[in-house]
Amino acid sequence: MTPEHATQELLERYVEGDGRLAADVVWALEAHLETCRGCRDRIGVAVRGRAGGADALLAQVRLRLDDEPAPASGRWRAARWAPPTLAPWLVMTVTVLFIAVALDVLAGSHRPPHLLLLAPVTPLASVAAAWSQGRDPAFELTAATPRAGLELMLRRTLVVLAVVMPVLTVGGLVAGASPVRWLVPCLAFTASTLALGSVFGLTRAALGLGLVWTAAVVAPTLVTRELPVAFEPASTPVWAAAVVVGVAVLMTRRRALTELPSDQ
Amino acid sequence: MVRAVNAAEIAPTTYGAEISANRLMVRTGKRMAVNGLDLSLGKGVHGLLGPNGAGKTTMMRALATVLRPAGGELMLLGQRIDSRTDMRQVRRDIGYLPQEFGFYPRFTVREFVEYMAWLKEMPARDVPGAVQRVVERVGLADRADDRMKTLSGGMLRRAGIAQAIVNDPQILLLDEPTVGLDPEQRLAFRALLRDVGRDTCVLVSTHLVEDVVAACTDVLLVDQGQMVFQGAPSDLEVWGAEGTGDSPAERGYSALLQRHRAQAGGAR
Repeated sequence: MTPEHATQELLERYVEGDGRLAADVVWALEAHLETCRGCRDRIGVAVRGRAGGADALLAQVRLRLDDEPAPASGRWRAARWAPPTLAPWLVMTVTVLFIAVALDVLAGSHRPPHLLLLAPVTPLASVAAAWSQGRDPAFELTAATPRAGLELMLRRTLVVLAVVMPVLTVGGLVAGASPVRWLVPCLAFTASTLALGSVFGLTRAALGLGLVWTAAVVAPTLVTRELPVAFEPASTPVWAAAVVVGVAVLMTRRRALTELPSDQ
Repeated sequence: MVRAVNAAEIAPTTYGAEISANRLMVRTGKRMAVNGLDLSLGKGVHGLLGPNGAGKTTMMRALATVLRPAGGELMLLGQRIDSRTDMRQVRRDIGYLPQEFGFYPRFTVREFVEYMAWLKEMPARDVPGAVQRVVERVGLADRADDRMKTLSGGMLRRAGIAQAIVNDPQILLLDEPTVGLDPEQRLAFRALLRDVGRDTCVLVSTHLVEDVVAACTDVLLVDQGQMVFQGAPSDLEVWGAEGTGDSPAERGYSALLQRHRAQAGGAR
């Protein structure tokens, strides 16, 4: 048997899938390829040479076969608790607390401690940032999902408290501000911010409450240097009532948390 | 991966139109941006046309249930939308791409879509497969593990479309999805729309008349918060004799708008 090898042109037309090749030619070529290693090599070169050829196809097929998609990273799992945009606000809050403690330690005899004055309003900035149109770029996308609303907002608030509370407690031990004095006021401010926020928007609510606190308690205390009545044990029932009212308002307004503010 | 079919999916449909609105009013600020809109949309691709400020985005937001109607009646998937509606249930079947959608720049495309799937309360075991499918469907499979901030404008839109369809919605609302897409991507997007529109009610807002003619089964034209015209794209071209524009459809669009404004002016 004298081997007559396939011409380069014939091989290339075969690789291209040229429909005009006669059936008997294709048949003869395929029979030849089965026995001729040299021609198989040449057809291999021709196949690999084609743009978007077998390699791309194989890659696609492999993609389908590896049906197990790449495992998710931790980033979006963390976002289930707090959006990444919350982090800078928490860092800022903790920094402010450190500065307050440093001031109190340096001042020594200064009473009442700065930390105590700040404590009730420390979560406000982060709470406002956690669910706000201006500071969360994905706000509109998030607000339209089934999970939007009270549950998601409380999750994020919980994260804020979980970061702020331990820092406050440790700082309070150093600066002499016991949690007994600030814990309930702090919760009352958080609940009131969420409740007022469901009516006026969280940023406005946080800003308003922060200003009221500064004007009514912080500024006078810095002048008089006496423990404000707000921190006396007698005030605790008032703060507790504020927590209850805040939570109640929030429950009745929960539907508003699933919507965009109507004024934009 | 074969997806399991549950009883809810094969239950018979008990409503006539996926979206139906009756004298719908929606406020933005002090302005009534949607002012007495009647609407009935079934399966298919519906193109929403209108000049800037016509109330398209407000209407989209109301249909996505993020803006509460100020009046009238809105029914989505046979459910009346009011203060007593269980929004979670309805929203699980809605896909929404806002006109300006933000994202977390450090997330990869896959993380972004997975996070959205979680927000849409999809069962955790379905999420990885569904995310891979939609990422391939919008042509971002090779960029799936790249950060969002490295994507071009057109790719971001496609990532946005991927998150909108990840939960296999019955109602898909896309607000200006073709902004930033180049001509080739626009063609691919139209093919995707036709594909999705076979078994979904798709509402696409755009200000490009040619998008609507090419991809939509139905055209809605709104102006000043009211419906001016609803019909097939070819009906729009019928009006083309009078108006100004470069194509019959564009002429029809401008002719209808002018006629509506003349009528509104005459009524005043």
